[in-house]
Amino acid sequence: MTDFGVEEVTVEIDGTTVLDDLSLTIPRGAVTAVVGGDGAGKSTLLRCLVGLRAPSRGVVHRPSKTQVSYMPSTSGTWRELSVAENMAFVGRAYAIEPPVCASRTEGLLQQAGLAGAADRLAGDLSGGMRQKLGFCMALLHDPLLLVLDEPSTGVDAVSRVELWRLIAQAAARGSAVVMATTYLDEAERASSVLVLDRGRSLLAGEPAAVLASMNGAVVEVGQPSAMTWRRGGSFHEWIADGAPAGSQRAVTPDLEDLVIAEMLRVRSGEMVTP
Amino acid sequence: MTSRATRVFGSFTAVDDVSIEVGPGEIVGLLGANGAGKTTLIRLMLGLLPISSGSVSIFGEPPSRRTRARLGYVPQGLGLYMDMTVTENLRFYAGAFGVQPSLDELPDALAEVRDSLVDQIGLGRQRQLAFACALNHHASLVVLDEPTSGVDPLARSALWDQVHNQTDSGVGVIVTTHYLEEAHQCDRLVIMAAGKVVASGTLAEITDGARTVRVRCESWASAFNALTDAAMPVTLSGRQVRVPGASREQVLARLRDAGVDAEVDEMPATLEETMTMIHP
Repeated sequence: MTDFGVEEVTVEIDGTTVLDDLSLTIPRGAVTAVVGGDGAGKSTLLRCLVGLRAPSRGVVHRPSKTQVSYMPSTSGTWRELSVAENMAFVGRAYAIEPPVCASRTEGLLQQAGLAGAADRLAGDLSGGMRQKLGFCMALLHDPLLLVLDEPSTGVDAVSRVELWRLIAQAAARGSAVVMATTYLDEAERASSVLVLDRGRSLLAGEPAAVLASMNGAVVEVGQPSAMTWRRGGSFHEWIADGAPAGSQRAVTPDLEDLVIAEMLRVRSGEMVTP
Repeated sequence: MTSRATRVFGSFTAVDDVSIEVGPGEIVGLLGANGAGKTTLIRLMLGLLPISSGSVSIFGEPPSRRTRARLGYVPQGLGLYMDMTVTENLRFYAGAFGVQPSLDELPDALAEVRDSLVDQIGLGRQRQLAFACALNHHASLVVLDEPTSGVDPLARSALWDQVHNQTDSGVGVIVTTHYLEEAHQCDRLVIMAAGKVVASGTLAEITDGARTVRVRCESWASAFNALTDAAMPVTLSGRQVRVPGASREQVLARLRDAGVDAEVDEMPATLEETMTMIHP
């Protein structure tokens, strides 16, 4: 079983470095999450993976074109077509035998809770339903590599749980799944995570291992400063030498604390992880 | 804030007899699926939509230009003018409310780009600007619709800092979010489904008593597949499989039938898991 991914990939667009010497392994049978905000380079990385953009330098490992699937952040559905027509259209594009296509469509729509909506126009679906349809379309030809760009953005919490279940199921059946997200609580559910910041890898690995590698301590403080960040009613601060001073209370950091501490470190030049 | 408000579109009742109270300095999180009625409720409060029956009262009176002047609103789409500069947007919004723009109180990140076109600043800064535009007229109540969608954790923390600064000075805040991690930032939560309030209270009150079954084993995929095939509401968290609302015995029996050896225990459900149990 070969893994997919990118090796030392750099992408320059109009003289700007959008991805900077990035490597990522996307194993089969697992979900890999790529996290970052607006402009971090998530979409560019995914577009490189599926061949929609050629890297300026570096190597991309992916299966043949017919075994890759890409769901853009806009879901990739045709709004003027019905749910069933969207599925049939993708089936024809991949030259899937009509009876096979029909039975796979039925199974996928059933699992996604869309069986009752087969005749509705994609444009009339709620955001969550449309993303689920986009996901079913991406899965129709049973791809080896499934690339999902922010599948859950704008999707409500309940639909997101359902969508995540479908994504996990694709991985459980052996696909290599990579998904972009802006949310760390979602990334924490993946087998491994790559945190992107301004085109560079900020942190990478299994969420628990990444968290365990954190140096120093995170403490709760009452007053903000340049190196603190807001968590609920108080502020958190990262202490490099790990010793809370005076009345400071140490907290158990989560991935969000680590990523913010690391972003602040990158912007100021101290070490959070070795 | 709103009392016994009902809004009907044709035969569809989008908001059905909903009341929400927000105290000074309080953050209330408004949660619910797409189509639950959150946006309609906000539009009723803003006076953008008339009610079908009942009454809407905000600050103790029906929505009007006068109540609107005490409200700050950041829509999901931000409502900024992309081809105007940061300063021009602030001046425009201040002008609409008949106040002076407070240009010297801008967060540093915005002050740095005050003469740039909004189109040319990042999404995090655009969101900060939309906040500044909505807060400039010293509202008593601020309504934020998905305020942090799409931004990185550092920018999100800066946005929440702006929100908490408002509540520290006594402003009440209603915030909608799909990201339940952010529910931790709220003092109280109101959960809507099909136009009605189905749960409300603190995070601890809402999740109280809800349980989930956690499955840990060598191969998460085999446990996941076995439980999915039994039509259980399975979720994945890292390499753990979780089944909200199920009983430990049920899950154990199913795994035994499928020949999957796993460690199974029951634990309190997360808010997200509780939400899947509230919604049929």
